[in-house]
Amino acid sequence: MDKKDKKAKLILTSERTISYVVLLLLTFLCLLPFYILLINATRSHPDIQKGFSFLPGKSFFTNLKNVLSNENLPVIHGIANSLLISGCNAILTTYFSSLTAYAIHAYEFKFKRALFLFILMIMMVPVQVSTLGFIDLMQKLKLMDSFIPLIAPSIAAPVVFFFMKQYMESNLAIEIIEAARIDGSGEFRTFNNIVLPIIKPAIAVQAIFAFVNTWNNYFVPSLIIKTNTKKTLPILIAQLRSADFLKFDMGQLYMLIAIAIFPVIIVYICLSKFIVRGVAAGSIKG
Amino acid sequence: MKADRNQAVKHKGVSYAKWGYIFLIPFFVTYLIFSFVPLISTFYNSFFENYMSGLKHIGPNFVGFENFKTIFNGDLLKYISNTIIIWLMGFIPQIIFSLLLAVWFTDLRLRLKATGFFKTIIYMPNLIMAAAFSMLFYALFSDRGPINNILMNIGFLKEEFRFMTSVWATRGLISGMNFLMWFGNTTIILMSGIMGIDTSLFESAAIDGANSLKIFTKITIPTIRPILIFVFITSMIGGIQMFDIPQILTNGKGTPNRSTMTLIMFLNNHLFSKNYGLAGALSVILFVVTSILSIAVFATMTKGITKKKGGK
Repeated sequence: MDKKDKKAKLILTSERTISYVVLLLLTFLCLLPFYILLINATRSHPDIQKGFSFLPGKSFFTNLKNVLSNENLPVIHGIANSLLISGCNAILTTYFSSLTAYAIHAYEFKFKRALFLFILMIMMVPVQVSTLGFIDLMQKLKLMDSFIPLIAPSIAAPVVFFFMKQYMESNLAIEIIEAARIDGSGEFRTFNNIVLPIIKPAIAVQAIFAFVNTWNNYFVPSLIIKTNTKKTLPILIAQLRSADFLKFDMGQLYMLIAIAIFPVIIVYICLSKFIVRGVAAGSIKG
Repeated sequence: MKADRNQAVKHKGVSYAKWGYIFLIPFFVTYLIFSFVPLISTFYNSFFENYMSGLKHIGPNFVGFENFKTIFNGDLLKYISNTIIIWLMGFIPQIIFSLLLAVWFTDLRLRLKATGFFKTIIYMPNLIMAAAFSMLFYALFSDRGPINNILMNIGFLKEEFRFMTSVWATRGLISGMNFLMWFGNTTIILMSGIMGIDTSLFESAAIDGANSLKIFTKITIPTIRPILIFVFITSMIGGIQMFDIPQILTNGKGTPNRSTMTLIMFLNNHLFSKNYGLAGALSVILFVVTSILSIAVFATMTKGITKKKGGK
């Protein structure tokens, strides 16, 4: 018996060691690219050309200043455009997805089940398969090279809807809505003043996801936006790739990538608990 | 009293029904304009010859299924196999490591420390801008980039390795990025599945002398099977949509020798050159494939939902 115990303990210890080694290795893999990025964003072009160093350089602000004032690359416009579009999407998508989920959750009406199933069915259809028609339509509506095609579609977001609906199922009792009705609150006001505050945690998580997804989005914006000053950050990064890479100032290149990546990482680290929980709760890939 | 209340609810149900429709209007109007009409128009376009030949615009002329024939006789199969190969090269390690990690994180006997920290780190790449991530890898793995530099400094390489000229190195980089971006997400999804299993099942199995491997194959895998299927199919749909990473890494060319050209890159090329006929046909094919996969997800998911409800 004693021997068996010892053996079991040994197995457990070795299992634990293996899992820590694998975890540390994966952590290293996840962090290394960003570490090199951070280091190289602080080094000047000649320094970077000389070879890699694990210590940061002193050119952080020079690189930042250079890339922000680069004449061929409207980076400040890019940041502003990305912020504007992502912010609008986060607000629109959470508000209207909540409204849609509320309609399905709180009311009884004909075809409700059919409409609900329809939204679930279209959830997985990738946006790329209708992009051709989308561009065609935007051309006809004279909306090419404008932000509207990048913002307005976020009102209909089946994935966010699904998450909100699930959240409401476990957190929004019909009794609360009925109580509001007895108090004489109109339906629209009940939604805005009573329902929205109750589902705030879900809204916060989805707003972050919507913001990040739009911030990172490249495919559709690259086909819609033509004017240089209207471009978003991903388009500018792609433009950098198609320019003559070897002639470009590497310090600026790393700095631009850092500008695109690090704000998201910082927000994520501050809110990681909610975000990871949100992923588990939704079980849906964005 | 009870009957009274029921009647009141019923009465309310009738009088408030119109608000259900009203609140659904924004969603359905937006969906109709920005998704449904474009989808129909994409289908419509797939039956017409419509492209630019130099500066001359040809079409639209109705050609039936000609576009589909052209696209199947072209390099479509090559791009399909590229997409599948690159997807699998990322997905296989992704599912292996995610399963391992999910089991370890939830194992009550192991009692790993700092799991919160590890979870935070491994999920992080999922939120990174794929375009920027790809550009970063391009810089890191370029001929004179930091990776070559480090490998030469530690004596692993004698001279720089040109990653972007090797078919398997380029594919490996794309799959590697996909792996890094998605294994954390998959781990968390699988974890939520494993945590739904009744812990007494594990305990009694351990008392009966089952080792970790046995518990894993006999209890964990069978119970989370619906979630595994969900992960598999959604990842496949994601794989079909693969675009940003290979597009930026290879500057849209699928180098070397179009061995990393994915389906959506191919679509993007046709959209960019305004060859609407072929782009339409390709979109329809992609729509059909993803729809079949979606229905499969839908089936497993609805099963999962009803199960969850029953369990709780």
